[in-house]
Amino acid sequence: MAYAAGVDVGSTQTKAVIICEDGNIVSRALIDTGANVVKAAEKAFLLALNDGNVREEEVSYVIGTGYGRYKVTFGNTQITEISCHGRGAVKMFPGTRTVLDMGGQDTKAISVSEAGEIVDFCMNDKCAAGTGRFLGAASMALDIPLDDLGPTALNSQKPVKISTTCTVFAETEVLSWLGKGKKIQDILMGVHKSIASRSVSLLRRVGISEEITFTGGVAKNTGMIQVLNETLEKKMNVSEDSHFMGALGAALFALDHIVASRNPIKVTA
Amino acid sequence: MKKSTNQQLVGRGTRNGAALFRNWFQNLSDAAKDNIPTAYVFVMGSMAEILRVFDLPMVFPEINSLQTAIRHVSDDYLNEAEDYGYSPDICGYVKADVAMQLRGGEHPMGKIPKPAIAVLTNACNTYLKWGEIWERMYGIPMFTVDVPATREAGRASKKGSEQFIWERNYIVEQLKELIELCEKVSDKKFDIDRLREIMGYVNEMSTNYKRMLELNKSKPSLFNALTDGTIYLGVANTYRGTKEGVDYFNDLVEELEYMSNNSIGTLTDEKYRLGFLGVPCYPIFRRFNELFSEWGGTFVASTYLWFATGGTNLGVQYDLTNPLESLAEGILITVRDAMDSMFNPEIPLVGLIDEYALDGVIYHPIKSCRTVSTGLADNRRALMEMKDIATLFLESDMMDQRVVSEAQMKNRVDAFFEGLESRKVRLMEGVV
Repeated sequence: MAYAAGVDVGSTQTKAVIICEDGNIVSRALIDTGANVVKAAEKAFLLALNDGNVREEEVSYVIGTGYGRYKVTFGNTQITEISCHGRGAVKMFPGTRTVLDMGGQDTKAISVSEAGEIVDFCMNDKCAAGTGRFLGAASMALDIPLDDLGPTALNSQKPVKISTTCTVFAETEVLSWLGKGKKIQDILMGVHKSIASRSVSLLRRVGISEEITFTGGVAKNTGMIQVLNETLEKKMNVSEDSHFMGALGAALFALDHIVASRNPIKVTA
Repeated sequence: MKKSTNQQLVGRGTRNGAALFRNWFQNLSDAAKDNIPTAYVFVMGSMAEILRVFDLPMVFPEINSLQTAIRHVSDDYLNEAEDYGYSPDICGYVKADVAMQLRGGEHPMGKIPKPAIAVLTNACNTYLKWGEIWERMYGIPMFTVDVPATREAGRASKKGSEQFIWERNYIVEQLKELIELCEKVSDKKFDIDRLREIMGYVNEMSTNYKRMLELNKSKPSLFNALTDGTIYLGVANTYRGTKEGVDYFNDLVEELEYMSNNSIGTLTDEKYRLGFLGVPCYPIFRRFNELFSEWGGTFVASTYLWFATGGTNLGVQYDLTNPLESLAEGILITVRDAMDSMFNPEIPLVGLIDEYALDGVIYHPIKSCRTVSTGLADNRRALMEMKDIATLFLESDMMDQRVVSEAQMKNRVDAFFEGLESRKVRLMEGVV
C-alpha cells in the first residue's frame, strides 16, 4: 500500500493529511505553526504518521502547500494553497464550483472546475482585514476564547455595525462599543457580519455558483457559517475537515504523481 | 560568420538603449551645470516636435521618478515628500519628483536641471496638479495642450469628419500659442523647416516602433515586453524626433528581424505567452519578471508600450508638406489612442490575444495611480466575457515598495500558472 501526504503550512497553523490510494483520509494532524516553520512541518507530518500508524517509507510522495510550502523540506514539490483548497473541496463535495477559504491571514474566493482546477481566484489584498486574524483581535479584546466567538455571537439580538475590518483598529472599535454599553454578543455579531460582508464581496468577484464550499480554520466557527449563509441566501457546504482542505488537496495532487509514475505517458510508440 | 553576426546583433537594443540612457542623463546633468533652460514634459503628449525646434532640453519627470524605484532608492524620496506634507495616497511619481526638487535636482543618474517651462496635456489628471507644483515652486509658465474627446473609448471623431477638422484646428491654435511661448523662453525664432526635419525623424521612429511591436508575434517571442520593452519605450520617448532615435530603432528592427528569421527567442523554453496591462512594478522590476519567467512565462505584449509612448504604437505618419496641421492631427489621434489603451484596453486586446497567441493576461493595478488602475477590474471582467482567456489581477505599485509584498505576489502568480498548466492539459484533452 502506497500513501500520499499533503502538508499545509499556514500563517497560524500547520496541517498534515495522509491519504491512501483510494483518496480517502487515513490520518490528519494539526499544530500551531510558531516561529520554526521547518520544524512545524516536520512535526505535523510525524504526528499524522503516528495517527494513521503509517511508516514514513510507506509515503511515496509529499506535497507542501500554504505560505510555508517551501519550508516542507522533506516534501517532493510544492503547490499553492489556492489550487489545493479547490482540489480538496471538490473531493469532499463534488458539486463545488466556488470555494471560500478563510484562514488566519487571508481570505480567498476560488472558482473551480468539475475536476477541482482553478478557473479564477481573488484574495484580500496585502492586509489582514476581513480574515481570521480580525476574529483573533476581537477575541483578545473581549477576552473570549476563539472557539467561543461564534456560539456567543449567535446569541445576539441587536448586532452593532462595525465600521472597520482593519485588524489593527479592531480592538479600538470593539472597546468603543463596550464603552457605549453594548452587549458582547451584539459586538461579536457585528464583527462576524463585517467579515462576512467583505468575504461575499470577494466571492462576487469570481462569481457565486450554485454550490459553495467553506474551507479554512474559520469554517469551524458556527457564527460565521450562519452569517455567511444568511448573507449569501444559501447553505454552504462545510466539512468536519474544513481545516484540512488545503492539506487534503495537496495529498490528492501527491497521489496524482504516484499514479502518473506507475502509468507514464508513452511519448513514442 | 553567422556566430559573429549573432553576437553583435542579439541584445544590441538593450545594450545601446542603456548607453543612450546614460548619455541622456549626462546631458541633463550638463544642462543643470550650465544653467540651460529646460522643458519639463510628460510621456503622453510630450510635444517633443515643437520643443526640439527651440533646442530646449526635455526633462521627463515620470522617467526620473521610475529610475529612483529601479535603483531601489524611491522610498527615500517618497518618505521625504511625505515628511514635507504630501499624502501617502497620491501619485508616487509626483512625490519622488517633489523630493528630488527639494534636494536641488539630486538624482541617482545625475543632476536634474530646473524647468524654464512645463508642457503637458490633459492625458493624465495628475499632470495638471503636478505642473502647478513647478509653476509655484519656480514661477515658470505651465502650458497645457487640451486634447478634446480623449476618453471616448474609440468613439471620438475620425479623420475626414467635420468634427475632426474643428478639433484639429483647435489643437493648431494651441500649438501656435506654445510656439510663441517657446520663442520667449528660449529666445530663439521658430523654424518650420527644422520642425519638418524633426517630424521626419518621428515618422521613421514611429514606423519602426510599430514594426518592433508586431515582430513579437514571432514564436518564440523576440523580446520581453515588460523588461526589454521598457528600455525601447524609454528611448522612444527621450530620443523622439532625433537622428539617434532613428538609428536606434533601425538597428532594433534589424536585430529583431534577424532573431525572428533564426528562431532566436528571449527565453530558452517559452511555455506561456503573456500580455501585460498597466504600469510595471518598478521597485522589484527584475524580480517581478522572474516570478513569471521561472514558470516559462514571458510578456510578449504590453499596453504600457502603447499608452506610455503617447500612442507611438500606431505608427502615425506626418505630412511634412503641412507640418502644423499634420502635427495637430497626430496629437489628436495618438493621445486619444493612448487614453483608450489605458481606459479600455479590452477592445484592442480581444484581437491581440489571437494575433500574439497569448495564453494569459496579467492586470497590474497600482496603488498610487488611480487614473490607470481604477477601471482595470471592470476591464478584466469585460475581456473575460468577450474571450476565454486566463487572467490574473495582481495589485502592487510602480514606486512604493512599502505596498509591494513579494510573498503574496508569488503565491498569486504560482496559483495562476498552476491553473494555466491544468488548462493546457484540458485543452490537449479537448475539455476546454
